[in-house]
Amino acid sequence: MAKLPKEPSSSEITPESAYLRRREFIRNAALFTATATGVGGSVVLLGGAGPLGSDGGAKAPAPVVQGPAAAGPAAGNQTAESEMGTYTKNAMYRVEEKQNSFEEITSYNNFYEFGTDKTDPAKNAHTLKTKPWTIQVEGETAKPRTIGMEDIRQWFSLEERVYRMRCVEAWSMVIPWLGFPLADLIKKLEPTSKAKYVAFATLVRPEEMPGQRHSILDWPYVEGLRIDEATHPLAFMAVGLYGKELPNQNGAPIRLVTPWKYGFKGCKSIVKIRFTEKEPPTTWNLAAPSEYGFYANVNPDHDHPRWSQKTERRIGEWKRRATLPFNGYADQVASLYSGMDLHRYF
Amino acid sequence: MAPPHPWLKPGVIAGACIPAAVIVTRATTGNLGANPITEALNRFGLCALIFLMASLALTPLKLVTGWTWTVRIRRNVGVIAFCYASVHLLTYVGVDQGFAWGTLFQDVLKRPFIAVGFLAWLILLPLAITSTDGMVKKLGFVRWKQVHRLAYVAGALGALHFYMRVKSDVREPLIYAAVLGTLLVLRVVDAIRNPKPKPKPRAAPRPEPG
Repeated sequence: MAKLPKEPSSSEITPESAYLRRREFIRNAALFTATATGVGGSVVLLGGAGPLGSDGGAKAPAPVVQGPAAAGPAAGNQTAESEMGTYTKNAMYRVEEKQNSFEEITSYNNFYEFGTDKTDPAKNAHTLKTKPWTIQVEGETAKPRTIGMEDIRQWFSLEERVYRMRCVEAWSMVIPWLGFPLADLIKKLEPTSKAKYVAFATLVRPEEMPGQRHSILDWPYVEGLRIDEATHPLAFMAVGLYGKELPNQNGAPIRLVTPWKYGFKGCKSIVKIRFTEKEPPTTWNLAAPSEYGFYANVNPDHDHPRWSQKTERRIGEWKRRATLPFNGYADQVASLYSGMDLHRYF
Repeated sequence: MAPPHPWLKPGVIAGACIPAAVIVTRATTGNLGANPITEALNRFGLCALIFLMASLALTPLKLVTGWTWTVRIRRNVGVIAFCYASVHLLTYVGVDQGFAWGTLFQDVLKRPFIAVGFLAWLILLPLAITSTDGMVKKLGFVRWKQVHRLAYVAGALGALHFYMRVKSDVREPLIYAAVLGTLLVLRVVDAIRNPKPKPKPRAAPRPEPG
């Protein structure tokens, strides 16, 4: 005998009223989804959670390091081969802290010429043409002239220096720069005895630097150092990092690195070097004189008017760490400022 | 009887959770850039400002379009803005500063932009607390409405907080300030064109504040 299907219990039966409203239910569900998507989507698009530039640069291959036996100018220095040729790893200027990754260093940048978001330079800097490249040398020099980038590269052998970089915005990185001492370059440029300062200027080319189409800052970006600061052995000209050509977003083809000062002193994509008798104007000082001084030495005791400089976030770390006077380079550079009121000359 | 558009409030609330989910997912999967804490902090703050502006835009939207549904979600959107502002504040206090109360206390006193942001949150707090139907009844609708006009002050402080934070490119904060100004102008124009009769004492509370 065939079993008759059991009659469903009354609790399983959809009430007629609900059955009749099934279309309404579906409609409401659809409208709910549309509303949620609309609200969430528009806030995300307005920038509340929007996309980041993902092309933060490829991972750098680790440079091949040869043994310490390989010739180097100073004892303990190693040499390495890279696309930049052979370079020395200068053991004297090597912070023994975890280095930030190539990805971090090349995807999180302040370079307003390419936009004000940290990810803008990595997104936009590919348009910059760095070849050919010349630097105009002028002012208090025995030989005003225009020098090609190739000449500069031929003058100096490259060395790697691992420096801390402390941004005025209270974050920091550890970066293996590739370049040569600024002092060596200055010697070649033959400043006169009247040269008390050296000024740097970044390229102005709005068609390749989209940030320059807006007057966010006064272009060109200008920076400067006192001549004794510029000839200090720590002051460095970088043409690469992690053994590779300097990526555009980091200031290709040549930039200044002064690790005891806030990062904004590090003028990028330099096209002009001018020796002067008087203190040259500097971009951030012009933009907000009460917030950014000419010296801009890292100083945990001198707060930015809008935030504390006592601590910093090392990119990649969870907890903030204490900021060190002169970014940890006090024993090397503090004497440059002896007798100066560092709150007045901040 | 079920209210019209039963999907509206749940839809708005669910949608409001999406940006938070996106931010948290990106931050925890390494997709929020090299400095995820600062990035998340900024984005939560921006979400708070966006939802606050949206809540303030709903009444003018009703005035312009005649739609009435806008005012039914107004309190929800305001509470959402408060939630984002609170997450923004907690991210700063807890994640960014690691509950270093000494530094935090100094920051509020010494740094106008932090004080301004904190003040905006302090104004939103009682507004969020009094956003329930029960509180509307308890305060009386007229008084409730007067108190909740403070949302405009919070919005202005929020935009100012943003303006004071950026280093030099003030275009984006100015957009928010302009939006807020426009909304305020719409309200003022409406108040002039349609002067409301003095409310009778103890007017019967409406079920949904308009």
